[in-house]
Amino acid sequence: MPNTMLTVATRKGTFVLESDDRRDWTLRGPYCEGWPVYHAIYDPTTGEIYAAAASEWHGSAVWRSPDLGETWEMSSEGLSYGDDDGRKISKVSTLARAGDRLLVGVEAPGIFESRDNGKTWSLLSTLSGQHGSEGWDDPANQPPGHLGISGFVTEPDDSDRFFTIVQGVGAFETEDGGSSWTPRNSGLRRDWPADYEDVGFCVHKLVRSADPERMYQQNHVGMHRSDDSGQSWNEITEGLPGDFGFAAAAHPHDRETFYVIPVDGGHGRVMHDGKAAVWRTRDGGSSWQDMRKGLPQANAHLGVLRQAMTMDSYDSPGVYFGTSTGQVFASADEGETWSEIASYLPSISSVDVAMLD
Amino acid sequence: MADLRLPGTLTPLFPGLTRHVEVEAANVLAAIDELEQRWPGLRDRLVAEGPSLRSHIHVYVDGERAGLDTPVAERSRLDVIAAISGG
Repeated sequence: MPNTMLTVATRKGTFVLESDDRRDWTLRGPYCEGWPVYHAIYDPTTGEIYAAAASEWHGSAVWRSPDLGETWEMSSEGLSYGDDDGRKISKVSTLARAGDRLLVGVEAPGIFESRDNGKTWSLLSTLSGQHGSEGWDDPANQPPGHLGISGFVTEPDDSDRFFTIVQGVGAFETEDGGSSWTPRNSGLRRDWPADYEDVGFCVHKLVRSADPERMYQQNHVGMHRSDDSGQSWNEITEGLPGDFGFAAAAHPHDRETFYVIPVDGGHGRVMHDGKAAVWRTRDGGSSWQDMRKGLPQANAHLGVLRQAMTMDSYDSPGVYFGTSTGQVFASADEGETWSEIASYLPSISSVDVAMLD
Repeated sequence: MADLRLPGTLTPLFPGLTRHVEVEAANVLAAIDELEQRWPGLRDRLVAEGPSLRSHIHVYVDGERAGLDTPVAERSRLDVIAAISGG
């Protein structure tokens, strides 16, 4: 069995990349019948792959494979706000394992849970009552402008505690499995007026570092760092080529090391100057270095979405990212050098890595 | 029995499902519910909250654009079309 596996979600199905040495890779797929897949993860708890997908014709569902992609089933049983509610599910966006539950975030904003590994689903929370929820819960506002649940950060030692992101609203944390929520946006920058002090922030990506107290986030306006597990945030943008981006990943062993991919914040949302680069800090964001060796440095207008960069946790960790133009790049030396390990895939939504040994 | 034709995007999702199925139903929604009985989960692939047909699923009964409550006769032909999307 290959010891490293990437699960790649694309606009046209899920793909799998495998390697024994993180240098030579083989590609399998497409899976999930070519449905648009927004997030695909390998779940070490069950050994299954899960893929959140939404077909323009046939609606949203979560696909699951018990055998690393060889066979697949899908289900949307219970994945609905109901006929009378008024809210509609236009997309399933993000997946996470939290203890014995599989979580999926959807658009319009809501979190559904499965306690049978994706066979059936039930509504866990819409974060109802939080500031801003009057907008996303309004049946007259469906779908609410592509606002949805765009990410989770779970806590390995406490499955009742996790963060989620409501797009364009902010980050929220629950400590009771999703029954109640607290906004965690204190100290974040925003460059626009807002109705509330504690929400109205555009959080793109939340990442927990090797130290649970240390978190990072890529925001619509800036990189930020928290040293108190998300209670408060400080901006660490200085030294980066811009304040906008989606993808981010934390080093699995060193809390000071963190990776981001800044992109143009206008309509393009591609890497700056047509030159591909991943930016790394070794000191918690006090300084940044651009990592370019092996990445294209001319006419490379690459976009990378929020779930499309990840790291493995070998002693010398690998870094991986997938682009909106269908390339997957990998580094086996913490970003020092890169190689293109897949090309010509459909537009990539997410990249997840599993260590199978 | 009414003659129901399904899009090719559906058959890979449900073992045993073919593009041509015979149903006995009073209207379109009942026909889809009959399919649901035989292939659990199929209704959700055609019907959204409301209930309403998914926005890019079109149904024709005897050549006329239909909704979920359109009557189906014993010898009607139903065409379910996956429309517009997919580029």
